[in-house]
Amino acid sequence: MPTFFERKQLVVPGDLIAEDDYIAGENTYAEGKRIYASRIGIVDYENKKVNVVALRAFYIPKVGDIVIGTVTEIGFNGWTVDVNSPYQAILRASDALSRPFRPQRDDLSQVLDVGDLIVAKITAYDRAHDPQLTVAEPGLGKITRGQIIKITPTKIPRVIGRKGSMISMIKQETGCQIILGLNGVILVTGKTLEDEQLAIMAINKIEEESHTSGLTDRITQMLKEMKEKRGAN
Amino acid sequence: MAMITRVKQKEIAQLIEKGKRLDGRGLKDYREIKVEQGIIERAEGSARVLLGKTEVMVGVKIETGQPFADTPNEGVLTVNAELVPLASPTFEPGPPDENSIELARIVDRGIRESKAIDLEKLCIEHGKNVFVVFVDVYVLNHDGNLIDASAIAALSALLNTKMPNYEVEGGQAKIKPGYTPLPIKKRPITVTFAKIGEKLVVDPGLEEEQVMDARISMAIDDDTNICAIQKGGSGYFSPQQILEAAQTAKEKSEEIGKKLGWR
Amino acid sequence: MSQKNMKLIDKKGVRLDGRKPDELRPIKIDVGILSNADGSAYIEQGKNKILAAVFGPKELHPKHMALPDRMVLRCRYHMAPFSVQERKSPAPSRREVELSKVIREALEPSIFLEYYPRTGIDVFIEVLQADGSTRCASITAASSALADAGIPMRDLVVACSTGKVDGTIVLDLMDTEDKMGEADVPLALMPNLNAITLLQMDGQLTLEEFEKAVNLALEGCKKIYTLQKEALKAKYVSFKEAEE
Repeated sequence: MPTFFERKQLVVPGDLIAEDDYIAGENTYAEGKRIYASRIGIVDYENKKVNVVALRAFYIPKVGDIVIGTVTEIGFNGWTVDVNSPYQAILRASDALSRPFRPQRDDLSQVLDVGDLIVAKITAYDRAHDPQLTVAEPGLGKITRGQIIKITPTKIPRVIGRKGSMISMIKQETGCQIILGLNGVILVTGKTLEDEQLAIMAINKIEEESHTSGLTDRITQMLKEMKEKRGAN
Repeated sequence: MAMITRVKQKEIAQLIEKGKRLDGRGLKDYREIKVEQGIIERAEGSARVLLGKTEVMVGVKIETGQPFADTPNEGVLTVNAELVPLASPTFEPGPPDENSIELARIVDRGIRESKAIDLEKLCIEHGKNVFVVFVDVYVLNHDGNLIDASAIAALSALLNTKMPNYEVEGGQAKIKPGYTPLPIKKRPITVTFAKIGEKLVVDPGLEEEQVMDARISMAIDDDTNICAIQKGGSGYFSPQQILEAAQTAKEKSEEIGKKLGWR
Repeated sequence: MSQKNMKLIDKKGVRLDGRKPDELRPIKIDVGILSNADGSAYIEQGKNKILAAVFGPKELHPKHMALPDRMVLRCRYHMAPFSVQERKSPAPSRREVELSKVIREALEPSIFLEYYPRTGIDVFIEVLQADGSTRCASITAASSALADAGIPMRDLVVACSTGKVDGTIVLDLMDTEDKMGEADVPLALMPNLNAITLLQMDGQLTLEEFEKAVNLALEGCKKIYTLQKEALKAKYVSFKEAEE
């Protein structure tokens, strides 16, 4: 049952990771009894399942995901939303209004206009159809304040941290509200612009160094230092 | 031309595993080749080839013009190909697309690299005036393997080509009566393979081309040298398959050459 | 001096640029150098300087170009007007059209096209300076850019040319050797699957010479593959080392 790469090692597409008893997990594929990497990333083993945590990937919608998107078009009975994915998402009017949609009376642009940011949930997606969204649930809807940053979607779990340790720490240190879209888009809302900048800096650093260890401590350290510097000014 | 159904794909693949093809041919068998020359009197040379039902016509026109700077004493060869819309529902009218450009360049390479035409004999005045040989490949019916059919048609047309006689008078080339055959030194033959599953078949038919995952064409000259190769399609070959194809191409070119009277 | 009589390789087997027959030109690959592209790579191989960028996957426009069951790969190989000795017109030449096609066909087998139906990926290759075997260097760069963009792939694709000059089979042809030599064989390989995705040839080779050329090209590809992998990992490895 040979393996050719250890946990936490960096692989590129085509690298043979394991043979025989293993099964192909994320960002890997099987050819006969061999498991190969299909993206650049870090090797991880879940018992006999070989995963590669991709260092760079794009978001493919999954039903139930919370995502943050931008309205790009207003259609006849809904909107087209850019969810940072190869696929454009559709938000139907009936999934945005809390009452039935009346085309003659309701002007969709009054509800959501081109350029508006929304937090939404994916309600449907398959290979043959573009993803469908809804905002008709608590916590979802138009975003009115805060800043948006985009990171590679595969790194969202790193921003969350083990049992939410990383994200809670950032929220605490910066006093910001942070909504993490699983599509790699993050909304940061703070009391001041500087607080928001702090949180954004922390998140960017996590994205760059996501493949290293001891990150939570380093980020905590960095935030404390930056706050001190600011306090001194 | 309907899209190929999965059932047909399976049928083709299964037959090939057993060494047979849809039309009963063996994996290394060519369809019937028919060549007619001199059908277009207005062209200096012409030929029409039928490879199974694939039909290609080639016309050769000779003009005079300036040589290329780096070959001042050589004639110029230029090959163009048209995938004429009437040849297939998939051919659209318009400027040459990547398929017709690729076809022209493959045919060109076979002729040019084998040095089939003695280009030095086409020099009228060193550095100033040479014969320009225009080879126009016209695909009239697409039933697979346009490459081999076009290559045979192009060379047949060149073998049929006559250049006007001339003499140089006061720096000008003056046409004299009479003609001379275009000086042809070699008769290259191109052999195209399609890869279906893990097997290679020669001279793919239309449906075989629709299911193949890659093709490879090899031009072989009279001395069994390889003078041009082109892999096409979005699949791949193993090094083993490439070398086997080269060996088969050598054998088939001899066989076809004998049939055409070129070997 | 008549160009036809120029010796491309001397009695000791040394080529015009000092290389041995089986020696590659110096190669440098940098990945992720264009901030707007989803993936990018820059390669220098001898005097070749080539940039490759990847955009996508994304919805295809016009929509009718999309395929219902897989991604579409579009590839554009283009040479800058100043890339060659005599200025080249910026309009696509027939050669560039053919190379765009064969390069696309060299990259397609490596990508899991069936994963993302109805989308497309654009690969743009710009040759900034050319010195022979540009299609090979372009493929190596383009494949690196695809991996950089996070496109799921079976394997990387790496490419290398061999040829015959003054009767000797040599590796990695530069422009003079390509123009004046007796044969040119560009080849692209998926190294882990040992699959040849691009193969062309022009010139004259016997069957034995051809076999030698193919084998030498495969060896050359494997050497370049090592550099390609290093370049892809460099973005992440250097930081890891600094942290340790």
